[in-house]
Amino acid sequence: MFFFIMIFILQSCTDDTQTVVNFDNLVLDEDFNANGAPNASLWSYNIGTGQNGWGNNELQYYTDRPQNVTAQNGYLIITAHKESFNGSQYTSARLVTKGKFEQAYGRFETRMRLPWGQGIWPAFWMLGADIDDNPWPGAGEIDIMEFRGQNPSVVLGTVHGPGYSAGQSISKSYTLPNDRFDTDFHVFGIEWGPEYINFYVDDVLYNQITPADVPGEWVFNKPFYILINLAVGGNFVGSPNSETVFPQTMLIDYVRVYN
Amino acid sequence: MCTIVTSCERGLSEDVEFATFPKNPEIFIDGFSGGLQYLPFGGSKLDAFKVDTETRYSGTAAMRFDVPNVGDPGGAFAGAIFPDGGRDLTDYDALTFWARASQAATINEIGFGNDFGENKFLVTLNNLRISTSWTKYIIPIPDPSKLVFEKGMFWYAEGPESGNGYTFWIDELKYERLGTIAQPRPAMFNGENRVESTFVGATIALTGLTQTFNLASGLNQTVGASPAYFSFTSTNTELAIVNERGIVSIVGAGTAEIIATLNGVRARGSLTIESLGAFVAAPTPPARNPANVISVFSNAYTNIPVDFYNGFFAPFQTTLGGADLTINGDNIIQYTNLNFVATEFKNPTANVSQMTHLHVDILVREAIDPTDFITVQLGDFGSNAAFGGGDDTSGSVKFTNADLTSNQWVSLDIPLSSFTGLTGRNNMAQIFFISADGTSNNVPTISTILVDNMYFYKN
Repeated sequence: MFFFIMIFILQSCTDDTQTVVNFDNLVLDEDFNANGAPNASLWSYNIGTGQNGWGNNELQYYTDRPQNVTAQNGYLIITAHKESFNGSQYTSARLVTKGKFEQAYGRFETRMRLPWGQGIWPAFWMLGADIDDNPWPGAGEIDIMEFRGQNPSVVLGTVHGPGYSAGQSISKSYTLPNDRFDTDFHVFGIEWGPEYINFYVDDVLYNQITPADVPGEWVFNKPFYILINLAVGGNFVGSPNSETVFPQTMLIDYVRVYN
Repeated sequence: MCTIVTSCERGLSEDVEFATFPKNPEIFIDGFSGGLQYLPFGGSKLDAFKVDTETRYSGTAAMRFDVPNVGDPGGAFAGAIFPDGGRDLTDYDALTFWARASQAATINEIGFGNDFGENKFLVTLNNLRISTSWTKYIIPIPDPSKLVFEKGMFWYAEGPESGNGYTFWIDELKYERLGTIAQPRPAMFNGENRVESTFVGATIALTGLTQTFNLASGLNQTVGASPAYFSFTSTNTELAIVNERGIVSIVGAGTAEIIATLNGVRARGSLTIESLGAFVAAPTPPARNPANVISVFSNAYTNIPVDFYNGFFAPFQTTLGGADLTINGDNIIQYTNLNFVATEFKNPTANVSQMTHLHVDILVREAIDPTDFITVQLGDFGSNAAFGGGDDTSGSVKFTNADLTSNQWVSLDIPLSSFTGLTGRNNMAQIFFISADGTSNNVPTISTILVDNMYFYKN
């Protein structure tokens, strides 16, 4: 591993097309060390099913119940259950920092162990903080990590904006070599500056998206807020099947933001 | 505790060298790895295997297996084991290979751990579907830490598809550490929670032992795993004990549960045992001249071939069970939920024309009500020796509460002449036990019985 990191540094130093900026001032350090409901001064919840399953035909009902979201032993635990609840067949949770933590640019990072199985869709992502006045996709979306439970070694990093959303979004996947994301913790993050967003997993920078890569307006120049959720079903993953094991649990060790 | 134990042990010398075995992961890349043998199964087509240098996935050669047609005088199926002197496979998590076939097909059994010996760590992937295009297949190792000295590197057994032979090829056969074999979900009885009522002296085999992993492709791959991969626990060792071969021995009365773990993961499925205590066996039948007995089910005589002890006739039959009990080495049939049940012996049928009686021992394992009964019915398939065709005959004899005793063996010696309507005797094929008929509005009267020593004889 050390050898690998050495090479990575050498490459980044010799690649003169890459903008290197260090975000090393820690401005948000959420380590979930307090047991119980997550810190209400930082996190709010999206409750229910949204419109058309949060726009994606997702199947779960989001709650703030402890069986769906709780912090224990230093981890935020989001659990998807298969249960009839308010007309849905699954429950889970979605946390947002909207109005509580919003920032333009910086390094946004989490360390997670992901759930698994057909139809399981966890994500660590961001939305433009002006979304109430500037509807999606105009507000912009940065998916730092999305994962299909049926594809346990692969994550995706994506941006959505006006003219490049949903199926036309700008996206790249990263495959963990000889390993998978549901058996241990991994770091997912972005380095976001005015003219670029770098996507990384653990020590591996696997993509950079710049204004030249998007076929519409570059909207990643204003504050965004953070979302963490565990969806069940929906257009991106398809529905769970008889082999999908429930409950499914997503463990979040920390969320850190630097500027 | 740990610290104390450790401090009492003598440390190993720095010079100590543990015996190790080769860790070579390769089985067949372009030829057999050194030391490997090919040993076909008895009855299989001995020349089913060739090294093929034309059809191959990569390199210079692949393994070619020619599955015979039905009726091939060379053998009824293709099958072999690939043993060698023993390897340490603990660094790997799967056996992998590329395969294709001359037609879409389903390989009956393929795996590793078969060494024509103890087969201690046998792994079987059942019904592997292969296609005409080269595809990589993964057989996960249920618990690699067990395979410190494995001799059975690979094995397969495959018969014709719909009567027809075909060819399949396997290439790049090797053990790998994929790192993506995860989310183990072992099972016993294929995940079923079973309840068995039985007696002291009985043995019960823990079957349906499987390990399931989620693969990088998202596929949940299940393999059959031998008992030695599991640890079994009895909640009451004064009632039931389990050995490493997964055989439960009943040693006392009461209730116990057997659970299993595989590499620390609790297996789905369990066995709850209700032991009724000491078992009184049916009377041992007398020694007879073999010419004077045609035995269907008895440990006292040589039995004729039997197709089944419980042909389940859906949807009307409710009866469960069959020849499941082994108590002190004696095989006993147990039926539960009885309404009617048939034992059939039609391949071939039995000529009982020289016999005079049917003998059967029945133990009713419940209280007997005044209206309870068991009807014994015989079926003869007639001159065509097959069911139907207008020549079948049958007859029955009814035994009422006056003939039966609760929880005691009753020995019935029934003259064949009592089976009114049974005109054929040359192609006997069925013995029924019936506890529901028109007189009980088809409601079962007796639901649990034991049966032993079913045979025809003459005095």
